[in-house]
Amino acid sequence: MAVATGKSFASRFGVHIAVLIFVAIWTIPTLGILVSSLRDKGQIIASGWWNSFSSSSQTEAGRLPPASAQAEKDGKFVLQGNIFGEGPVRSISAFGVKAAAPTQYPAGTSADLGNGITLQVDADGTFVMSSPKAFEGDRGQRIYYASSAPPKFTTENYKTVLFSEGIGRSFMNSLTVTIPATVIPILIAAFAAYALAWMRFPGRALLIAVIIGLLVVPLQMSLIPLLKLYNGVGSFFGVPSKTYLGIWLAHTGFGLPFAIYLLRSYIAGLPREIMESARIDGASDFEIFVKIVLPLSFPVLASFAIFQFLWVWNDLLVAMVFLGTEADQIVLTAKLNALLGSRGGDWEILTTSAFVTIIVPLIVFFSLQRYFVRGLLAGSVKGG
Amino acid sequence: MAAQIFSAILVIIIGVGGCVAYFWGANKLVDLIFPSRGVTGAAAIDNLRRQGLVRPWLFVGPAMIILTIYLIYPVIATLWLSFFDRSGTSFVGLANYEWAFGDREFRSSILNNIIWLAVVPAACTFLGLIIAVLTDKIWWGTIAKSLIFLPLAISFVGASVIWKFIYEYRGQGQTQIGLLNAIIQHFGGQPQVWISLPFWNNFFLMIILIWIQTGFAMVILSSALRGIPEETLEAAVIDGANPFQIFWKIMVPQIWGTIAVVWTTITILVLKVFDIVLTMTNGQWNSQVLANLMFDWMFRGGGDFGRGATIAIIIMIAVIPIMIWNIRQADKETEGH
Repeated sequence: MAVATGKSFASRFGVHIAVLIFVAIWTIPTLGILVSSLRDKGQIIASGWWNSFSSSSQTEAGRLPPASAQAEKDGKFVLQGNIFGEGPVRSISAFGVKAAAPTQYPAGTSADLGNGITLQVDADGTFVMSSPKAFEGDRGQRIYYASSAPPKFTTENYKTVLFSEGIGRSFMNSLTVTIPATVIPILIAAFAAYALAWMRFPGRALLIAVIIGLLVVPLQMSLIPLLKLYNGVGSFFGVPSKTYLGIWLAHTGFGLPFAIYLLRSYIAGLPREIMESARIDGASDFEIFVKIVLPLSFPVLASFAIFQFLWVWNDLLVAMVFLGTEADQIVLTAKLNALLGSRGGDWEILTTSAFVTIIVPLIVFFSLQRYFVRGLLAGSVKGG
Repeated sequence: MAAQIFSAILVIIIGVGGCVAYFWGANKLVDLIFPSRGVTGAAAIDNLRRQGLVRPWLFVGPAMIILTIYLIYPVIATLWLSFFDRSGTSFVGLANYEWAFGDREFRSSILNNIIWLAVVPAACTFLGLIIAVLTDKIWWGTIAKSLIFLPLAISFVGASVIWKFIYEYRGQGQTQIGLLNAIIQHFGGQPQVWISLPFWNNFFLMIILIWIQTGFAMVILSSALRGIPEETLEAAVIDGANPFQIFWKIMVPQIWGTIAVVWTTITILVLKVFDIVLTMTNGQWNSQVLANLMFDWMFRGGGDFGRGATIAIIIMIAVIPIMIWNIRQADKETEGH
């Protein structure tokens, strides 16, 4: 691919720009939740995360206290206090009472709201609203203001989700599910792959065909019978039907076709001479497998391990069917899904939780990308 | 929690230890029952032959048992259950299938699935191919590829949160915290609730899967492009072909097989797409797809296994052609050995 199809400066420049645009589209979404997860909870909803580094004015909305807080002074009814309440004071540049004109009045001036009502908001957030008639209603006046706040970054969100939202516990649950479900299939698949690659026995070709067929069988086909089976086993032995053992075995089963397929094609490609000379030296199949095939297959074993790890860690469907939703069983993906329902608008919780769930795959991915790509190239027909 | 970690570690030890013990022990047992050493002549040859008959099955045995329980039996059982009622006890013939094709939600799911199948594999393959070609030409291409590849490591649920944040909607005139609406509003447009827009919301869900899977297509196609013999490209340049002709007439035809593999792999993935729809809309606003509908029926009103199984069978039927094609391809390869 050394042939440069476009030789002019303009077309080369165009390629750089085009790739830059693609990279931007593919990274900005993830960057968005990373930045947001580190922002102050109030600032997340006050301004877009792309503005989070600038302390330029942001428009916010608030509500003045309800009528019950009013005091009568010199024949006028007065509401006063500070917009920021107990919170940190920022500097207000302008304010308004309509969403369409949130910065209608400069800070420090008195705004005439009609009916003799006036409202003054100072730069430090103190306000005075007065009216010749008593204020009414449980809800205070809606107020908009442009304030400039210094960008505020915090790890508070991480503390919240890890320790009080249950994400920390789910993280442990995910690890509990993932590690055994990654390790167990490897050995089982490796032996089967060796037999299918290097041992002659009747039915071998059929077995290989079955495994390739099973590669693409949708997971959905397995769910109902297995759910029935698990419930049956559970009630027969009087044990819970949703257990870690159950999901370990399920993930093992669903991962096996790909594992055997991937390992077999690699092991079949090992040089025949090595096996034959070992056999002539009197080594049994078992010895050949353990002493020669396993060490030589390390790269493909690593590839499969990464695949299976990512697959199990990121799985939602199997976890929702075979594990419970209690704190001691719910995995990260299921927890995140539950939070989407219960904490729908709380972006500080959602972005932070999402980042916690993707951090482990990202680390695995970046540190072991070479093996991951190799596995991808070798077995791009993964069904599962 | 400590108990949980302990039991997980214990399982790894028991699991790995058990596997090793099984394979080692079974192997020893075969050697004991049919000794090939210490016996002479015909007996040794006989025993060696018997060992050769038994040992492969010891090696593939555990895998076969697990595959049978977790995949082969369930496929048959699901087919069986699709002819039964909700609890799986009384035979109802084709009633579930009749229900499915008369059900408005099912038909809408089929329609949506067809749109997903038409758009996502094509978009991923096309974008992946373009990015693979472009990144091959620049010095920082590897870094660019890594970054575009990255979403593949993210779970569908995580990706859904990421994109839900981008699609976030605030009323017009308010500060938009969703990137898409912020851009629209910046250029004077009207912010939209993207995930409930009739019909088009499907496409906003598809974008998530395209975002995840393009990296996959890119990596596979990039490696195929590198396998193209350089002489063919040089010859085309000498003959005066322009870059587009080289791309469409020289490069694409040579990697046709790889494109097919990428396309079918993503097709299978699309048929099973579940997490994205569940987390973004849960099938509301006419965005239902088969896999999510199936999950829904598994638990709806205590669970209707008959209808759930029927929907699974429909998904399976869509996969069968790909399955047959894969097996044929694999057969061809082994014959070539």
